[in-house]
Amino acid sequence: MRLAWWKIASILLLCYAVAGGILLPVPALSQLGETIRNLYFHVCMWFAMMILFTISIIHSIKYLNKSDLRHDIKAKSYAAVGTYMGLLGYSTGAIWASFTWADPNNPAYASFGSIMREPKLIGAAMALLIYGAYFILRSSIKDMDQRARVSAVYNVFAYTMLFPSIWIIPRLLPSLHPGQEGNPALNFNDIDARMRMVFYPAVLGWTLLGAWITTLKIRIELIQEKKILSNEK
Amino acid sequence: MHAYKQFSALLKKEILLELRQKHALYGMMLYIASTIFVLYLTLGDAEAETWNALFWITQLFICINAVAKSFLQEAKGRMLYHFSITTPSAFILSKIVYNVLLMGIMNILNLILYTAFLGDPTTSFFAFVGISLLGSIGLSLVFTMLAAIASKAMQQASLMAILGFPIIIPQLLLLVRLSKTAFSEIFRDGAPLQVILLLLALDLSVILLAVILYPFLWKD
Repeated sequence: MRLAWWKIASILLLCYAVAGGILLPVPALSQLGETIRNLYFHVCMWFAMMILFTISIIHSIKYLNKSDLRHDIKAKSYAAVGTYMGLLGYSTGAIWASFTWADPNNPAYASFGSIMREPKLIGAAMALLIYGAYFILRSSIKDMDQRARVSAVYNVFAYTMLFPSIWIIPRLLPSLHPGQEGNPALNFNDIDARMRMVFYPAVLGWTLLGAWITTLKIRIELIQEKKILSNEK
Repeated sequence: MHAYKQFSALLKKEILLELRQKHALYGMMLYIASTIFVLYLTLGDAEAETWNALFWITQLFICINAVAKSFLQEAKGRMLYHFSITTPSAFILSKIVYNVLLMGIMNILNLILYTAFLGDPTTSFFAFVGISLLGSIGLSLVFTMLAAIASKAMQQASLMAILGFPIIIPQLLLLVRLSKTAFSEIFRDGAPLQVILLLLALDLSVILLAVILYPFLWKD
């Protein structure tokens, strides 16, 4: 079995991120304690999600240009794995929030109502709802070419509307979530230098893993749709 | 000049059709009236915050209902006819302008009935009228584009809501926030103007996207 260089890189980076994430020193903050190590997993999921969605929309634009169904399959698969990463981001975030945000006097679910109002969570919910709608839209159109075209149009439209909103909403509402000044984790001063040594490799590793899963999905679909695709060319 | 002629002819056709088939228009009005009547019965006395939130929710549903039919009523044959004689950008722009006009009228009606039944907690009513008109433009723009997308699928009406809600959230939040200026909430200097400019920028980007993307939906 031969692996492409970036797949090997993904394995190595993730091994480093998991081992380093658990063992290397982190700044001791009173509120966060050792839960700060979740940064290497939780934030990376969102990074991977946004990057995969971006790749998906690029394939949608390519489809609109060339009407090649292969691009439609790629756009769909990247969106699907991106959604999966988003769900993982939610669950890692929920674990984190139940330690840091939830009211310790009540059961964790009692804080749900106030936690869901977080602007970052609204943004994330919007992204997942949009891609949920994207899959519903796909499943409600029978004709293959039309499905590909219409869903590509929706993908482009929704993605371009999503971006200003992710940028706008945090500036409108109060928030406990770190990264109040717009783009969390992109600001170099936000993260301790020691954590950056693990964080950036972890982002890269998880994104590559997401891309790897997607390429497998795409290969399966291309084999399934072989007949149609070969008729087309 | 040619494109402008096509656009105005299409717009005129939309308005004429609406005036000839009055049942749809009256249906919309009745929809607004009965929604507000139900709210009036269930709500009783509404505080300003609730009043504001419910106003925008009714506005949202009115918009979905008003705009949804703009592509539903186009039969396959007629679309083909349009396809052969006009350009997609003239077609979508005429739909957009027509829906903005329609939603403007429905918005005024909604406001009148709303204040009549549920009272008027605003301190400057005219500011609120202006904000609601700005909001109705934004809503109708987004939902025109979504109606165009949903018209290609099955179960169009419910699909429109699913497709539209996540996209419209930021605009609704901005509008609810902005309309608090009409309830004498104090804002930072220049903050309302900033929000208005932001909304206008969003509207502009929706129009641009519609003109760019509609040609792809157009061909069957």
